[in-house]
Amino acid sequence: MSAFDIVKTARKTSRPSALEYINFIFDDFIEFHGDRSFRDVKGVVGGMALFEGIPCTVSGRHKGHTIEENIERNFGAPHPEGYRKALRLMRQAEKFKRPVITFINTAGAFCGIGAEERGQGEAIARNLFEMSTLKSPSVSIIIGEGGSGGALALAVSDKVWILKNSIYSILSPEGFASILWKDSSKSAEAAEIMKITAEDLLELGVVDDIIDEADGGAHNDFEYTAGMIKEKLLKEIFELKKENIEELLKKRYNRFRGFGEFSE
Amino acid sequence: MNLFKKKKYVSVAETVEAQDKNVFANTNQPSVPDGMWVKCPNCGKMIYKKEIPKLRICPDCGGYFRLKARCRIDFIADEETFVEFNSDMLSKNPLNYPDYEEKIKKMREKTGINEAVIAGKCKIGGIEAVLCAMDSGFIMGSMGSVVGEKITRAFEYATENELPVVIFTASGGARMQEGIISLMQMAKVSAAAARHAEKGLLYISVLTDPTTGGVTASFGMLGDIILSEPKALIGFAGRRVIEQTIKQKLPDEFQTAEFLLEHGFVDKIVERENLKEVISKILYIHCEKGRED
Repeated sequence: MSAFDIVKTARKTSRPSALEYINFIFDDFIEFHGDRSFRDVKGVVGGMALFEGIPCTVSGRHKGHTIEENIERNFGAPHPEGYRKALRLMRQAEKFKRPVITFINTAGAFCGIGAEERGQGEAIARNLFEMSTLKSPSVSIIIGEGGSGGALALAVSDKVWILKNSIYSILSPEGFASILWKDSSKSAEAAEIMKITAEDLLELGVVDDIIDEADGGAHNDFEYTAGMIKEKLLKEIFELKKENIEELLKKRYNRFRGFGEFSE
Repeated sequence: MNLFKKKKYVSVAETVEAQDKNVFANTNQPSVPDGMWVKCPNCGKMIYKKEIPKLRICPDCGGYFRLKARCRIDFIADEETFVEFNSDMLSKNPLNYPDYEEKIKKMREKTGINEAVIAGKCKIGGIEAVLCAMDSGFIMGSMGSVVGEKITRAFEYATENELPVVIFTASGGARMQEGIISLMQMAKVSAAAARHAEKGLLYISVLTDPTTGGVTASFGMLGDIILSEPKALIGFAGRRVIEQTIKQKLPDEFQTAEFLLEHGFVDKIVERENLKEVISKILYIHCEKGRED
Protein backbone atom coordinates (compact mmCIF):
# COMPACT_ATOMS: atom_id res chain seq x y z
CA MET A 1 0.00 0.00 0.00
CA SER A 2 1.17 3.54 -0.72
CA ALA A 3 1.31 6.03 2.13
CA PHE A 4 -1.89 7.64 0.93
CA ASP A 5 -3.66 4.25 0.72
CA ILE A 6 -2.75 3.82 4.36
CA VAL A 7 -4.18 7.28 5.10
CA LYS A 8 -7.45 6.22 3.44
CA THR A 9 -7.53 2.96 5.37
CA ALA A 10 -6.83 4.77 8.64
CA ARG A 11 -9.76 7.10 7.96
CA LYS A 12 -12.34 4.51 6.86
CA THR A 13 -15.62 5.14 8.65
CA SER A 14 -15.93 1.39 9.15
CA ARG A 15 -12.57 1.28 10.94
CA PRO A 16 -13.03 0.13 14.54
CA SER A 17 -12.58 2.93 17.04
CA ALA A 18 -11.74 3.35 20.72
CA LEU A 19 -14.95 2.12 22.36
CA GLU A 20 -15.00 -1.13 20.40
CA TYR A 21 -11.41 -1.93 21.35
CA ILE A 22 -11.95 -0.97 24.97
CA ASN A 23 -15.01 -3.19 25.26
CA PHE A 24 -13.25 -6.12 23.59
CA ILE A 25 -9.92 -5.92 25.42
CA PHE A 26 -11.09 -4.97 28.91
CA ASP A 27 -13.70 -6.39 31.27
CA ASP A 28 -16.36 -4.37 33.04
CA PHE A 29 -15.63 -1.03 31.40
CA ILE A 30 -17.57 1.75 33.09
CA GLU A 31 -17.59 5.03 31.21
CA PHE A 32 -17.31 8.32 33.11
CA HIS A 33 -18.23 11.73 31.81
CA GLY A 34 -17.34 15.37 32.03
CA ASP A 35 -14.41 17.63 32.83
CA ARG A 36 -15.98 18.91 36.10
CA SER A 37 -15.79 22.40 34.73
CA PHE A 38 -17.83 22.94 31.60
CA ARG A 39 -19.36 19.87 30.00
CA ASP A 40 -18.91 16.41 28.58
CA VAL A 41 -17.27 15.87 25.21
CA LYS A 42 -18.27 12.67 23.46
CA GLY A 43 -15.28 12.60 21.11
CA VAL A 44 -13.20 11.60 24.10
CA VAL A 45 -14.28 8.59 26.12
CA GLY A 46 -12.85 7.32 29.35
CA GLY A 47 -13.44 5.37 32.48
CA MET A 48 -12.25 2.41 34.50
CA ALA A 49 -12.04 -1.23 33.59
CA LEU A 50 -10.28 -4.48 34.42
CA PHE A 51 -7.49 -5.89 32.31
CA GLU A 52 -6.90 -9.50 33.29
CA GLY A 53 -8.00 -8.54 36.78
CA ILE A 54 -5.87 -5.37 36.99
CA PRO A 55 -7.80 -2.15 37.55
CA CYS A 56 -6.95 0.32 34.77
CA THR A 57 -7.95 3.76 33.60
CA VAL A 58 -8.74 3.75 29.92
CA SER A 59 -9.38 6.67 27.66
CA GLY A 60 -9.74 7.10 23.96
CA ARG A 61 -10.57 9.33 21.10
CA HIS A 62 -13.67 7.92 19.59
CA LYS A 63 -14.98 8.50 16.07
CA GLY A 64 -18.38 7.24 15.03
CA HIS A 65 -19.25 4.99 12.11
CA THR A 66 -22.31 6.83 10.82
CA ILE A 67 -22.98 10.48 10.10
CA GLU A 68 -25.28 10.78 13.12
CA GLU A 69 -22.79 9.13 15.40
CA ASN A 70 -19.99 11.26 14.00
CA ILE A 71 -21.90 14.46 14.58
CA GLU A 72 -22.45 13.39 18.18
CA ARG A 73 -18.75 12.60 18.57
CA ASN A 74 -17.75 15.69 16.58
CA PHE A 75 -15.79 13.44 14.18
CA GLY A 76 -13.32 12.67 16.94
CA ALA A 77 -12.16 16.30 16.94
CA PRO A 78 -12.60 17.30 20.57
CA HIS A 79 -13.16 20.63 22.23
CA PRO A 80 -10.81 21.53 25.11
CA GLU A 81 -13.13 19.94 27.69
CA GLY A 82 -12.38 16.57 26.11
CA TYR A 83 -8.69 16.86 26.93
CA ARG A 84 -9.55 18.13 30.39
CA LYS A 85 -11.82 15.13 30.98
CA ALA A 86 -9.03 12.78 29.92
CA LEU A 87 -6.60 14.59 32.23
CA ARG A 88 -9.04 14.37 35.12
CA LEU A 89 -9.28 10.61 34.62
CA MET A 90 -5.50 10.27 34.34
CA ARG A 91 -5.08 12.16 37.62
CA GLN A 92 -7.54 9.70 39.13
CA ALA A 93 -5.42 6.84 37.81
CA GLU A 94 -2.37 8.38 39.46
CA LYS A 95 -4.17 8.73 42.76
CA PHE A 96 -5.22 5.09 42.77
CA LYS A 97 -2.00 3.81 41.17
CA ARG A 98 -3.73 2.41 38.12
CA PRO A 99 -2.05 2.07 34.73
CA VAL A 100 -3.39 4.34 31.99
CA ILE A 101 -4.15 3.01 28.52
CA THR A 102 -5.22 5.46 25.81
CA PHE A 103 -6.54 4.75 22.32
CA ILE A 104 -5.89 7.46 19.75
CA ASN A 105 -8.12 8.06 16.75
CA THR A 106 -8.56 11.71 15.85
CA ALA A 107 -8.09 14.05 12.94
CA GLY A 108 -6.95 16.64 15.46
CA ALA A 109 -8.28 19.13 17.97
CA PHE A 110 -11.43 20.96 16.93
CA CYS A 111 -11.05 24.38 15.30
CA GLY A 112 -13.81 26.78 16.27
CA ILE A 113 -14.84 29.83 18.25
CA GLY A 114 -15.79 28.02 21.46
CA ALA A 115 -12.66 25.89 21.33
CA GLU A 116 -10.50 29.02 21.20
CA GLU A 117 -12.56 30.81 23.86
CA ARG A 118 -12.05 27.91 26.23
CA GLY A 119 -8.35 27.53 25.54
CA GLN A 120 -7.72 24.69 23.10
CA GLY A 121 -3.99 25.48 23.21
CA GLU A 122 -3.92 25.58 26.99
CA ALA A 123 -5.80 22.30 27.29
CA ILE A 124 -3.34 20.48 25.02
CA ALA A 125 -0.30 22.10 26.66
CA ARG A 126 -1.57 21.11 30.12
CA ASN A 127 -1.99 17.48 29.07
CA LEU A 128 1.54 17.28 27.66
CA PHE A 129 2.91 18.83 30.83
CA GLU A 130 0.93 16.64 33.22
CA MET A 131 1.30 13.36 31.31
CA SER A 132 5.07 13.74 31.22
CA THR A 133 5.24 13.48 35.01
CA LEU A 134 2.16 11.34 35.70
CA LYS A 135 3.04 8.77 38.36
CA SER A 136 1.28 5.88 36.62
CA PRO A 137 2.56 3.58 33.91
CA SER A 138 1.04 4.59 30.59
CA VAL A 139 0.52 3.07 27.16
CA SER A 140 -0.91 4.79 24.08
CA ILE A 141 -2.10 2.96 21.00
CA ILE A 142 -2.74 4.79 17.74
CA ILE A 143 -5.64 2.91 16.17
CA GLY A 144 -6.54 5.14 13.21
CA GLU A 145 -5.62 8.75 12.69
CA GLY A 146 -3.13 10.34 15.05
CA GLY A 147 -3.66 13.96 14.13
CA SER A 148 -1.27 16.55 15.50
CA GLY A 149 -1.35 18.11 18.98
CA GLY A 150 -4.81 16.70 19.50
CA ALA A 151 -3.37 13.17 19.31
CA LEU A 152 -0.20 13.96 21.25
CA ALA A 153 -2.33 15.36 24.09
CA LEU A 154 -3.20 11.76 25.00
CA ALA A 155 0.07 10.16 23.92
CA VAL A 156 2.91 11.33 26.19
CA SER A 157 3.21 7.78 27.49
CA ASP A 158 5.82 5.22 28.49
CA LYS A 159 4.96 3.14 25.43
CA VAL A 160 3.44 4.30 22.18
CA TRP A 161 2.25 1.63 19.76
CA ILE A 162 0.55 1.90 16.41
CA LEU A 163 -1.72 -0.38 14.39
CA LYS A 164 -0.12 -1.26 11.07
CA ASN A 165 -2.48 0.82 8.92
CA SER A 166 -2.66 3.86 11.17
CA ILE A 167 -0.96 7.21 10.79
CA TYR A 168 0.50 9.82 13.14
CA SER A 169 1.33 13.24 11.80
CA ILE A 170 1.90 16.94 12.40
CA LEU A 171 -1.24 17.66 10.39
CA SER A 172 -3.26 16.05 7.61
CA PRO A 173 -1.47 15.47 4.29
CA GLU A 174 -4.06 17.83 2.73
CA GLY A 175 -3.15 20.55 5.24
CA PHE A 176 0.56 19.94 4.72
CA ALA A 177 0.23 20.25 0.93
CA SER A 178 -1.92 23.32 1.31
CA ILE A 179 0.52 25.10 3.65
CA LEU A 180 3.77 24.19 1.95
CA TRP A 181 2.74 23.91 -1.68
CA LYS A 182 -0.46 25.96 -1.69
CA ASP A 183 -2.17 22.98 -3.29
CA SER A 184 -4.21 20.59 -1.17
CA SER A 185 -4.68 18.22 -4.11
CA LYS A 186 -1.07 17.11 -3.68
CA SER A 187 -2.01 15.20 -0.54
CA ALA A 188 -0.79 11.84 -1.84
CA GLU A 189 2.64 13.30 -2.47
CA ALA A 190 2.57 14.94 0.96
CA ALA A 191 1.68 11.63 2.61
CA GLU A 192 4.83 10.07 1.11
CA ILE A 193 7.16 12.80 2.23
CA MET A 194 5.75 13.38 5.73
CA LYS A 195 6.78 9.98 7.15
CA ILE A 196 3.45 9.20 8.75
CA THR A 197 3.19 5.45 8.24
CA ALA A 198 3.79 2.93 11.00
CA GLU A 199 7.10 1.81 9.51
CA ASP A 200 8.44 5.34 9.13
CA LEU A 201 7.36 6.21 12.65
CA LEU A 202 9.05 3.12 14.07
CA GLU A 203 12.25 4.07 12.30
CA LEU A 204 12.07 7.60 13.71
CA GLY A 205 11.42 6.21 17.21
CA VAL A 206 8.10 8.03 17.45
CA VAL A 207 6.41 4.68 18.10
CA ASP A 208 7.95 1.78 19.99
CA ASP A 209 6.18 -1.00 18.16
CA ILE A 210 3.80 -1.83 15.34
CA ILE A 211 0.78 -4.01 16.07
CA ASP A 212 -0.42 -6.16 13.22
CA GLU A 213 -3.95 -5.81 11.94
CA ALA A 214 -6.20 -7.76 9.60
CA ASP A 215 -5.29 -7.89 5.90
CA GLY A 216 -6.53 -4.79 4.13
CA GLY A 217 -7.35 -3.06 7.41
CA ALA A 218 -8.73 -3.59 10.90
CA HIS A 219 -12.32 -3.28 9.65
CA ASN A 220 -11.91 -6.60 7.77
CA ASP A 221 -11.38 -8.55 10.98
CA PHE A 222 -11.97 -6.62 14.16
CA GLU A 223 -11.46 -9.58 16.50
CA TYR A 224 -8.08 -10.43 15.04
CA THR A 225 -6.90 -6.82 15.37
CA ALA A 226 -8.28 -6.34 18.87
CA GLY A 227 -6.75 -9.69 19.81
CA MET A 228 -3.33 -8.51 18.65
CA ILE A 229 -3.59 -5.40 20.84
CA LYS A 230 -4.66 -7.51 23.79
CA GLU A 231 -1.75 -9.87 23.29
CA LYS A 232 0.69 -6.97 23.19
CA LEU A 233 -0.75 -5.47 26.36
CA LEU A 234 -0.56 -8.86 28.08
CA LYS A 235 3.11 -9.01 27.25
CA GLU A 236 4.00 -5.55 28.48
CA ILE A 237 1.59 -4.16 31.05
CA PHE A 238 2.76 -6.41 33.88
CA GLU A 239 6.38 -5.45 33.25
CA LEU A 240 5.50 -1.75 33.23
CA LYS A 241 3.51 -2.13 36.40
CA LYS A 242 6.44 -3.77 38.16
CA GLU A 243 8.85 -0.98 37.37
CA ASN A 244 9.87 1.56 39.97
CA ILE A 245 7.89 4.70 39.19
CA GLU A 246 10.89 7.04 39.44
CA GLU A 247 12.77 4.87 36.93
CA LEU A 248 9.75 4.85 34.68
CA LEU A 249 9.47 8.65 34.79
CA LYS A 250 13.14 8.99 33.92
CA LYS A 251 12.70 6.69 30.96
CA ARG A 252 9.58 8.54 29.85
CA TYR A 253 11.43 11.85 30.02
CA ASN A 254 14.30 10.48 27.99
CA ARG A 255 11.97 8.90 25.48
CA PHE A 256 10.64 12.31 24.46
CA ARG A 257 13.88 14.17 25.26
CA GLY A 258 15.64 12.38 22.44
CA PHE A 259 13.57 13.73 19.54
CA GLY A 260 15.28 16.19 17.25
CA GLU A 261 17.98 16.32 14.62
CA PHE A 262 20.53 19.08 14.78
CA SER A 263 24.23 19.78 14.69
CA GLU A 264 26.27 22.00 16.99
CA MET B 1 13.84 46.75 50.45
CA ASN B 2 13.38 49.04 47.56
CA LEU B 3 10.82 47.51 45.30
CA PHE B 4 10.54 50.37 42.89
CA LYS B 5 14.12 51.47 42.67
CA LYS B 6 15.22 52.26 39.15
CA LYS B 7 17.34 49.58 37.56
CA LYS B 8 19.71 50.48 34.82
CA TYR B 9 17.91 49.80 31.57
CA VAL B 10 19.67 48.77 28.46
CA SER B 11 20.02 50.71 25.33
CA VAL B 12 18.94 48.78 22.28
CA ALA B 13 22.02 48.04 20.30
CA GLU B 14 20.73 47.53 16.82
CA THR B 15 19.62 50.38 14.67
CA VAL B 16 16.08 50.55 13.51
CA GLU B 17 17.25 50.28 9.94
CA ALA B 18 19.06 47.03 10.71
CA GLN B 19 16.00 45.65 12.44
CA ASP B 20 13.84 46.62 9.54
CA LYS B 21 15.97 44.98 6.97
CA ASN B 22 14.22 41.68 7.19
CA VAL B 23 11.65 41.94 9.85
CA PHE B 24 8.83 41.65 7.40
CA ALA B 25 10.33 38.80 5.47
CA ASN B 26 8.02 35.83 5.46
CA THR B 27 5.24 37.55 7.35
CA ASN B 28 1.86 38.52 6.07
CA GLN B 29 2.19 42.05 7.27
CA PRO B 30 1.93 44.80 4.76
CA SER B 31 5.34 46.25 4.25
CA VAL B 32 7.69 48.09 1.98
CA PRO B 33 10.80 46.17 2.91
CA ASP B 34 13.39 47.98 0.85
CA GLY B 35 12.15 51.51 1.12
CA MET B 36 12.50 54.23 3.66
CA TRP B 37 8.89 53.89 4.69
CA VAL B 38 7.03 51.10 6.42
CA LYS B 39 3.36 50.57 6.94
CA CYS B 40 2.17 50.41 10.54
CA PRO B 41 0.47 47.04 11.15
CA ASN B 42 -2.01 48.77 13.44
CA CYS B 43 -3.10 52.05 11.83
CA GLY B 44 -1.89 51.29 8.31
CA LYS B 45 -0.16 54.63 7.96
CA MET B 46 3.13 54.86 6.12
CA ILE B 47 5.79 55.76 8.65
CA TYR B 48 9.21 57.15 7.89
CA LYS B 49 11.63 54.52 9.23
CA LYS B 50 13.88 56.94 11.02
CA GLU B 51 10.94 58.10 13.07
CA ILE B 52 10.27 54.64 14.48
CA PRO B 53 11.74 54.36 17.95
CA LYS B 54 13.97 51.49 18.99
CA LEU B 55 11.14 49.49 20.50
CA ARG B 56 9.38 49.70 17.16
CA ILE B 57 6.26 51.40 18.39
CA CYS B 58 4.38 53.44 15.81
CA PRO B 59 4.91 57.15 16.58
CA ASP B 60 1.48 57.87 15.21
CA CYS B 61 -0.87 55.34 16.83
CA GLY B 62 1.28 53.49 19.37
CA GLY B 63 0.77 50.15 17.56
CA TYR B 64 3.59 47.61 17.53
CA PHE B 65 5.81 46.45 14.74
CA ARG B 66 7.21 42.98 15.35
CA LEU B 67 10.44 42.96 17.33
CA LYS B 68 13.48 40.84 16.47
CA ALA B 69 14.69 38.38 19.11
CA ARG B 70 18.04 40.11 19.48
CA CYS B 71 16.37 43.44 20.05
CA ARG B 72 13.99 41.92 22.59
CA ILE B 73 16.87 40.48 24.57
CA ASP B 74 18.76 43.77 24.49
CA PHE B 75 15.72 45.47 25.93
CA ILE B 76 14.90 42.90 28.63
CA ALA B 77 18.34 41.75 29.85
CA ASP B 78 20.38 44.06 32.06
CA GLU B 79 23.23 45.66 30.19
CA GLU B 80 26.04 43.27 29.27
CA THR B 81 24.67 40.36 31.27
CA PHE B 82 23.29 38.15 28.50
CA VAL B 83 25.26 34.98 27.80
CA GLU B 84 23.86 33.04 24.86
CA PHE B 85 23.50 29.24 24.93
CA ASN B 86 23.94 26.95 21.93
CA SER B 87 24.18 29.75 19.40
CA ASP B 88 25.76 27.44 16.81
CA MET B 89 23.07 24.79 16.90
CA LEU B 90 21.76 24.17 13.39
CA SER B 91 18.83 22.28 11.94
CA LYS B 92 19.24 19.05 10.07
CA ASN B 93 16.62 17.60 7.79
CA PRO B 94 14.80 14.72 9.50
CA LEU B 95 12.30 14.15 6.68
CA ASN B 96 14.79 14.87 3.88
CA TYR B 97 12.36 17.55 2.85
CA PRO B 98 13.44 18.99 -0.52
CA ASP B 99 15.44 22.22 -0.26
CA TYR B 100 15.00 22.52 3.51
CA GLU B 101 18.74 22.98 4.10
CA GLU B 102 18.79 25.64 1.41
CA LYS B 103 15.86 27.44 3.03
CA ILE B 104 17.56 27.44 6.43
CA LYS B 105 20.75 28.74 4.89
CA LYS B 106 18.91 31.59 3.21
CA MET B 107 17.07 32.47 6.40
CA ARG B 108 20.34 32.55 8.33
CA GLU B 109 21.87 34.91 5.81
CA LYS B 110 18.79 37.08 5.73
CA THR B 111 18.15 37.36 9.46
CA GLY B 112 21.67 37.09 10.87
CA ILE B 113 20.51 34.47 13.39
CA ASN B 114 20.87 30.69 13.20
CA GLU B 115 17.37 29.68 14.24
CA ALA B 116 14.01 31.00 15.37
CA VAL B 117 14.94 31.32 19.03
CA ILE B 118 17.79 32.87 20.99
CA ALA B 119 18.32 31.38 24.44
CA GLY B 120 20.67 32.25 27.26
CA LYS B 121 21.01 33.52 30.79
CA CYS B 122 21.19 37.05 32.05
CA LYS B 123 20.10 39.35 34.81
CA ILE B 124 16.76 41.04 34.67
CA GLY B 125 16.44 43.92 37.12
CA GLY B 126 19.48 42.48 38.86
CA ILE B 127 18.01 39.00 39.24
CA GLU B 128 19.54 36.06 37.44
CA ALA B 129 17.21 34.32 35.00
CA VAL B 130 17.16 32.17 31.88
CA LEU B 131 15.80 34.18 28.96
CA CYS B 132 14.61 32.99 25.54
CA ALA B 133 13.21 35.12 22.75
CA MET B 134 11.66 33.80 19.55
CA ASP B 135 11.97 35.54 16.22
CA SER B 136 8.99 35.46 13.88
CA GLY B 137 11.23 36.61 11.04
CA PHE B 138 12.85 33.16 10.90
CA ILE B 139 10.44 30.81 9.05
CA MET B 140 7.58 32.36 11.02
CA GLY B 141 9.27 31.50 14.32
CA SER B 142 8.28 27.90 13.74
CA MET B 143 9.41 25.18 16.15
CA GLY B 144 11.60 22.47 14.71
CA SER B 145 14.32 20.40 16.38
CA VAL B 146 16.57 23.36 17.15
CA VAL B 147 13.90 25.56 18.72
CA GLY B 148 12.69 22.58 20.75
CA GLU B 149 16.18 21.61 21.83
CA LYS B 150 17.30 25.13 22.77
CA ILE B 151 14.21 25.76 24.87
CA THR B 152 14.44 22.32 26.48
CA ARG B 153 18.08 22.96 27.39
CA ALA B 154 17.17 26.39 28.72
CA PHE B 155 14.63 24.78 31.07
CA GLU B 156 17.11 22.08 32.04
CA TYR B 157 19.80 24.65 32.81
CA ALA B 158 17.32 26.63 34.88
CA THR B 159 16.21 23.49 36.73
CA GLU B 160 19.78 22.53 37.53
CA ASN B 161 20.74 26.03 38.64
CA GLU B 162 17.42 26.87 40.29
CA LEU B 163 16.69 29.85 38.10
CA PRO B 164 13.46 31.37 36.85
CA VAL B 165 12.72 31.15 33.12
CA VAL B 166 11.33 33.96 30.98
CA ILE B 167 10.31 33.15 27.40
CA PHE B 168 9.04 35.57 24.76
CA THR B 169 7.03 33.59 22.24
CA ALA B 170 6.52 34.63 18.62
CA SER B 171 5.66 31.71 16.40
CA GLY B 172 3.26 30.37 13.84
CA GLY B 173 3.59 26.92 15.44
CA ALA B 174 5.19 23.75 14.13
CA ARG B 175 8.01 23.66 11.59
CA MET B 176 6.15 21.80 8.84
CA GLN B 177 9.35 20.73 7.08
CA GLU B 178 10.29 18.63 10.13
CA GLY B 179 6.91 16.89 10.26
CA ILE B 180 6.27 14.56 13.17
CA ILE B 181 9.66 15.41 14.72
CA SER B 182 8.39 18.95 15.08
CA LEU B 183 5.28 17.63 16.86
CA MET B 184 7.48 15.69 19.27
CA GLN B 185 9.20 18.96 20.28
CA MET B 186 5.94 19.98 21.97
CA ALA B 187 6.14 16.98 24.28
CA LYS B 188 9.87 17.42 24.83
CA VAL B 189 9.65 21.08 25.84
CA SER B 190 6.55 20.54 27.98
CA ALA B 191 8.26 17.70 29.84
CA ALA B 192 11.25 19.95 30.55
CA ALA B 193 8.91 22.70 31.76
CA ALA B 194 7.19 20.15 34.04
CA ARG B 195 10.50 19.17 35.66
CA HIS B 196 11.33 22.82 36.19
CA ALA B 197 7.92 23.32 37.80
CA GLU B 198 8.32 20.24 40.01
CA LYS B 199 11.37 21.89 41.54
CA GLY B 200 9.22 24.83 42.56
CA LEU B 201 10.74 27.23 40.05
CA LEU B 202 9.08 30.14 38.32
CA TYR B 203 8.32 30.32 34.60
CA ILE B 204 6.99 33.49 32.99
CA SER B 205 5.81 33.29 29.39
CA VAL B 206 5.27 36.47 27.43
CA LEU B 207 3.09 35.99 24.37
CA THR B 208 3.84 38.37 21.54
CA ASP B 209 2.43 38.74 18.07
CA PRO B 210 1.93 36.12 16.69
CA THR B 211 1.75 33.07 18.99
CA THR B 212 -0.24 30.19 17.55
CA GLY B 213 -0.36 26.42 17.00
CA GLY B 214 2.16 24.14 18.65
CA VAL B 215 3.87 26.92 20.58
CA THR B 216 0.60 28.06 22.16
CA ALA B 217 -0.24 24.40 22.79
CA SER B 218 3.01 23.74 24.63
CA PHE B 219 5.30 26.18 26.46
CA GLY B 220 3.32 29.29 25.48
CA MET B 221 0.42 28.35 27.75
CA LEU B 222 2.49 26.73 30.50
CA GLY B 223 3.76 29.84 32.27
CA ASP B 224 3.02 30.18 35.97
CA ILE B 225 2.47 33.75 34.93
CA ILE B 226 1.38 34.50 31.36
CA LEU B 227 1.89 38.05 30.10
CA SER B 228 1.10 39.41 26.69
CA GLU B 229 1.66 42.49 24.60
CA PRO B 230 -1.49 44.45 23.66
CA LYS B 231 -3.29 43.32 20.50
CA ALA B 232 -0.99 40.33 19.96
CA LEU B 233 -2.53 37.52 17.94
CA ILE B 234 -2.69 34.46 20.19
CA GLY B 235 -4.51 31.24 19.46
CA PHE B 236 -4.36 27.56 18.65
CA ALA B 237 -5.93 27.18 15.22
CA GLY B 238 -5.30 29.69 12.47
CA ARG B 239 -8.01 32.22 11.74
CA ARG B 240 -8.42 31.09 8.13
CA VAL B 241 -8.76 27.44 9.14
CA ILE B 242 -11.46 28.29 11.66
CA GLU B 243 -13.35 30.42 9.15
CA GLN B 244 -13.24 27.57 6.65
CA THR B 245 -14.37 25.06 9.28
CA ILE B 246 -17.31 27.02 10.66
CA LYS B 247 -18.09 28.88 7.41
CA GLN B 248 -18.47 32.28 9.02
CA LYS B 249 -16.42 35.43 9.43
CA LEU B 250 -14.70 35.93 12.76
CA PRO B 251 -14.89 39.17 14.72
CA ASP B 252 -11.79 41.39 14.67
CA GLU B 253 -11.00 40.99 18.35
CA PHE B 254 -11.04 37.17 18.09
CA GLN B 255 -7.73 35.62 19.26
CA THR B 256 -6.22 38.90 20.43
CA ALA B 257 -4.45 39.31 23.75
CA GLU B 258 -7.51 41.19 24.99
CA PHE B 259 -9.77 38.27 23.97
CA LEU B 260 -7.55 35.84 25.89
CA LEU B 261 -7.48 38.10 28.93
CA GLU B 262 -11.27 38.26 28.90
CA HIS B 263 -11.54 34.47 28.70
CA GLY B 264 -9.03 33.91 31.47
CA PHE B 265 -5.98 32.66 29.61
CA VAL B 266 -3.62 35.58 30.13
CA ASP B 267 -2.67 37.05 33.51
CA LYS B 268 -1.88 40.53 32.38
CA ILE B 269 -1.43 42.60 29.24
CA VAL B 270 1.64 44.79 29.47
CA GLU B 271 2.70 47.53 27.06
CA ARG B 272 5.99 46.83 25.37
CA GLU B 273 7.76 49.76 26.98
CA ASN B 274 6.75 48.54 30.45
CA LEU B 275 7.61 44.86 30.04
CA LYS B 276 11.09 45.10 31.51
CA GLU B 277 9.81 46.89 34.56
CA VAL B 278 6.91 44.50 35.14
CA ILE B 279 9.04 41.37 34.69
CA SER B 280 11.71 42.84 36.97
CA LYS B 281 9.08 43.52 39.59
CA ILE B 282 7.65 40.00 39.40
CA LEU B 283 11.12 38.51 39.70
CA TYR B 284 11.92 40.85 42.57
CA ILE B 285 8.81 39.91 44.52
CA HIS B 286 9.23 36.22 43.73
CA CYS B 287 12.96 35.65 44.12
CA GLU B 288 13.91 36.40 47.69
CA LYS B 289 17.23 34.70 47.15
CA GLY B 290 18.45 36.50 44.05
CA ARG B 291 17.87 40.10 45.11
CA GLU B 292 20.71 42.54 44.96
CA ASP B 293 19.80 45.05 47.63
